[in-house]
Amino acid sequence: MDRTVRYVGSPVPKKDSMALVTGKPVYTDDIAPADCLVVKVLRSPYAHALIDEIHTETAGKVPGIVSILTWKDVPKKRFTMAGQTYPEPSPYDRLILDRRVRFVGDAVAIVAGETEEAVDKALKLIKVNYQVLTPVLDFRTAKDNEILVHPEDTWQSLCPVGADNRRNLVASGVDSHGDVDAVLAGCDYVIEETYHTKANQQAMMETFRTFTTMDPYGRLVVTASTQVPFHVRRIIAHALDIPKAKVRVIKPRIGGGFGAKQTVVAEVYPAIVTWLTGRPAKIIYSRYESQIASSPRHEMELKVRLGADKNGIIKAIDLYTLSNSGAFGEHGPTTVGLSGHKSIPLYAKAEAFRFAYDVVYTNRMSAGAYRGYGATQGLFAVESAVNELADRLHMDPVKLRELNMVREGDVMPAYYGETAGSCALDRCMARAKEMMDWDKKFPARDMGNGKVRAVGVAMSMQGSAISGVDVGSVTLKLNDDGFYSLMIGAADMGTGCDTTLAQIAADCLCCDLDNIIVHGVDTDVSPYDSGSYASSTAYLTGGAVVKTCDTMIKKIMEKGAEYLGASMEEVDFDGKRVYCLDGSREISLRDIGNQAMCNNGLALEATESNTSPVSPPPFMVGMAEVEVDMETGKTELLDYVAVVDCGTPLNPNIARVQTEGGLSQGIGMAMYEDVTYSAQGRVLEDSFMQYKIPTRQDVGTIRVEFESSYEKTGPFGAKSIGEVVINTPSPAIASAVAHATGVYVRELPITPEKIYKGMVEHS
Amino acid sequence: MFKAREYVRVKSLEEAWNLNQKKSNVIVGGMMWLKMGRGQKGTVIDLSGLGLDTIEETEEAFSIGCMCTLRQLELHEGLNKEFDGIFRECTRHIVGTQFRNGATVGGSVFGRYGFSDILTCLLALDSYVELYQGGVIPLVQFTSMPYDRDVLVRIVIKKDGRKAAYLSQRNTQTDFPLIACAAGKMGDDWYVSIGARPKRAAVYRISGTGKKADELAREAASMFEYGSNLRGSGEYRAHLANVYVRRLIETIEKREA
Amino acid sequence: MEIQLTLNGKAVKDQVGADTLLLDFVRKHGCYSVKRGCETSNCGLCTVLLDGKPVLSCSTLAARADGCSVTTLEGVQEKAEAIGRFLAGEGAEQCGFCSPGLIMNVIAMEQELSEPSEEEIREYLAGNLCRCTGYMGQMRAIGNYLNRKGEEQNG
Repeated sequence: MDRTVRYVGSPVPKKDSMALVTGKPVYTDDIAPADCLVVKVLRSPYAHALIDEIHTETAGKVPGIVSILTWKDVPKKRFTMAGQTYPEPSPYDRLILDRRVRFVGDAVAIVAGETEEAVDKALKLIKVNYQVLTPVLDFRTAKDNEILVHPEDTWQSLCPVGADNRRNLVASGVDSHGDVDAVLAGCDYVIEETYHTKANQQAMMETFRTFTTMDPYGRLVVTASTQVPFHVRRIIAHALDIPKAKVRVIKPRIGGGFGAKQTVVAEVYPAIVTWLTGRPAKIIYSRYESQIASSPRHEMELKVRLGADKNGIIKAIDLYTLSNSGAFGEHGPTTVGLSGHKSIPLYAKAEAFRFAYDVVYTNRMSAGAYRGYGATQGLFAVESAVNELADRLHMDPVKLRELNMVREGDVMPAYYGETAGSCALDRCMARAKEMMDWDKKFPARDMGNGKVRAVGVAMSMQGSAISGVDVGSVTLKLNDDGFYSLMIGAADMGTGCDTTLAQIAADCLCCDLDNIIVHGVDTDVSPYDSGSYASSTAYLTGGAVVKTCDTMIKKIMEKGAEYLGASMEEVDFDGKRVYCLDGSREISLRDIGNQAMCNNGLALEATESNTSPVSPPPFMVGMAEVEVDMETGKTELLDYVAVVDCGTPLNPNIARVQTEGGLSQGIGMAMYEDVTYSAQGRVLEDSFMQYKIPTRQDVGTIRVEFESSYEKTGPFGAKSIGEVVINTPSPAIASAVAHATGVYVRELPITPEKIYKGMVEHS
Repeated sequence: MFKAREYVRVKSLEEAWNLNQKKSNVIVGGMMWLKMGRGQKGTVIDLSGLGLDTIEETEEAFSIGCMCTLRQLELHEGLNKEFDGIFRECTRHIVGTQFRNGATVGGSVFGRYGFSDILTCLLALDSYVELYQGGVIPLVQFTSMPYDRDVLVRIVIKKDGRKAAYLSQRNTQTDFPLIACAAGKMGDDWYVSIGARPKRAAVYRISGTGKKADELAREAASMFEYGSNLRGSGEYRAHLANVYVRRLIETIEKREA
Repeated sequence: MEIQLTLNGKAVKDQVGADTLLLDFVRKHGCYSVKRGCETSNCGLCTVLLDGKPVLSCSTLAARADGCSVTTLEGVQEKAEAIGRFLAGEGAEQCGFCSPGLIMNVIAMEQELSEPSEEEIREYLAGNLCRCTGYMGQMRAIGNYLNRKGEEQNG
């Protein structure tokens, strides 16, 4: 059949959009049964302590209280809450409730009751005697500290990631190519600086939430706001120590995730309550809990040595990353890898690189997955160092990058030796330069009113799925009247994959988009998918859609041929009908669908899985224009220009909004979002009053364009878009500030006070 | 959110005052800050049925009912005309329209919050509070009084011909101020108030005779103490106070010229 | 205590606690569009119209709404569709969790401001946080919606 591209590349509205904008009850809390027990967690006031005694008798007598669980009541098998493919690289270091509490906010007891009032009252009546221990709060002193966050013998690391709980190590390792020390020694210029990125909260508008029920077959049904339904099934089974067959996970509409919901932050609490009591239960995290006991970005300290010759050719990059995983190891071993593997390859022409890292436990909130997943941190360091090199060389940083950037066909030694099969980074740079009117604005302009405007640039890359690991599967069914059910296990969390995958299917099947129905994930029904993370869905599950459609078409032709009394070779399918090539006979898809429901032995159903040996990087260039008040350091972001190569944008509207949203999160990270702790280890930014995310008055103008390459391993040439877009603001804004003031802020966020202090020191 | 046993929409100030004498009872204004408190309250006292939600303008003064919202201050033409738009300037950064439709002037002033833009602004003007028992007293006196069980009824701002201006710096546009500065000028006298230091706003009167803007600003800013919190250090605040007070003075002088 | 109010045009009488928040009250009465995104009056997800004015239902006592008229997105479905279609047209609803609160405030803005500039729109809607979109798509959608309305009136 001839395929025409009708929907791919077209800005169709999302299939669920009208339900969302008219406020229909489609999210977890909206659809929870009214008789759910209210579940809440009593949390530790100490950063590190042992529970000596815990008394729940009085609390249990509060009318309406149904269950109070402590460390004595939960299975003793350790597990990880990280939503990753089994065997998880993250260590098995969790219990649902532990006798040792490891951060302020760690779970001490679970209370379930008929009403919120009863639960709140009971929480206050639980008496706990803590043996308070000295915490490890500074991640720079955590490795080989005599205080251990996880001294327990039952701690376990399933993968060879260099983890050692006796050294507070979640992971450690080194990767290199060439002799980096020798090359650096021969360089005319070496930039050697330390950069510090902070924890950030994903701050999705819908906090963590789950409700659980028992079904008529005695199975636990978990309806969760999650990005990883199949991982939730496994993790719940591990946590409760029950067979996986006993767990079913349903994902309804999700109010944002950004990686936060790639960790099973809240699901286990109602799950254990329902499993033990048989009653429906629900947990809704407050914003406070989502700020203090969740899964924020890993804080990292990155030491960069960047060497170049006098012409600005980058010869070597040496990076050491220290990552703070907090009290538990979720995503610790994997995020750190991206800090090097997705920053260094932008300069694939360098002769040598070394990337070493340690990931440590501390008595702080456990870190997790946040959009960018370590690449964001690494790119702040490497791109900032490149910008500093340009300034040292008195060279335009755009020019410096034009000399050094990875180009299509280049082998990237620091990216697992992969070749950049599709790369329009050079075109992205050229277009961004035009859009920003860079040559006119670089480096800075004194506005004559005490304010200086300046520009900065940064590049970014990410991956498209985890090569050799991630799996995306798709099932298609042909129904009566010829409409298709598209079943996916990938989680649409507002990202629009239900729609973009249907667009791919519609073009593959040559049908109207409305002829394809989609719905949320149900692990009992949907085919297996690793989940929506690691920028995988469009690329990997999208590829699975193409494969599945091919199989489906064959089956339709086979059935059609049978009905037409012809052989497969004599017919073709055009999306609406199967017809004989000689024009003699035809049967409509509608009739095939209807007829197949009677006297039929061939299921018109197809399932295919997709996995990829490569993870083609999307690329982008970001440019920031800021205005700095030279007296106060107050900095306003005026304009942000971004040009993205995500291969073929499957849906330009969705891709654009993804980009604008990612940039906005990156802008918050760059300029004010911070997670800081009191001396006792309590998170200070524990609400939206203290943790400030950008408002619409804070983002200036964000302008996005696409310069597409064609990725031949991707569906219709597509690569990923979700994560690459968050990485450029920090280094671009830092450099713009440096061009205005001469001050390099190397610790995020880049606040007016840091800029002001830098200017004072400078003068 | 706190818990409460009773809710009473009072019929008179006397009723409000009587109920408020019980320590566990509480008067709610917009409830924006109050709701973040925990614990058990007795009776929630609501003044919204007393008609105290208007701004009245006479020849001499503005009288602002305690239940007026910040949004009313922001949009009131008379107030903003009289005081060069400072009420718009001191309110428009506060969270969002919906918040300012709820938050009340009485709640803002009675709370005497360190971060208060409103208090900082009012202190630079000839402002008074009318208390049910305590009568009309200058706002500056009220700010240093301990929290008591009286009922704040109105804010009165005298039209004394003062020229005024307001500036704040915030980490995001709708965050609490990192520093809030207001200045009022009467003849050669300057009234400089600084809030979010992060301590509560205070005001000093300084003679401007023969002083340049930067001298005056230095003198004014040095009269205050500055401390540190999440949003910034005391040292930085001291610097900002100096800069912004100078800019306020320059703005007002330019306007006069 | 018993309160009586008009919820989306219908008289509703119910028992509430002295500390019941309007947000919980309207959700109890089936208005699930109204969301809670924070506990500190910062996010705007819970925006409803109280006697026509946009307020945060998370910070308003149900008792204070006694005798008032309360409007949620459920009560203005035609408007929601009209404005929502523009949001969807830009892909700017994304996860959709903040959309109801935003649309309620856009409705309020329409009534309060005539021909607002982009800066005025940004200021009016600053209390409606969104983490997905970076706001630009929302601004395009709102701009298009207001322009279309203008065109209809002029045409």
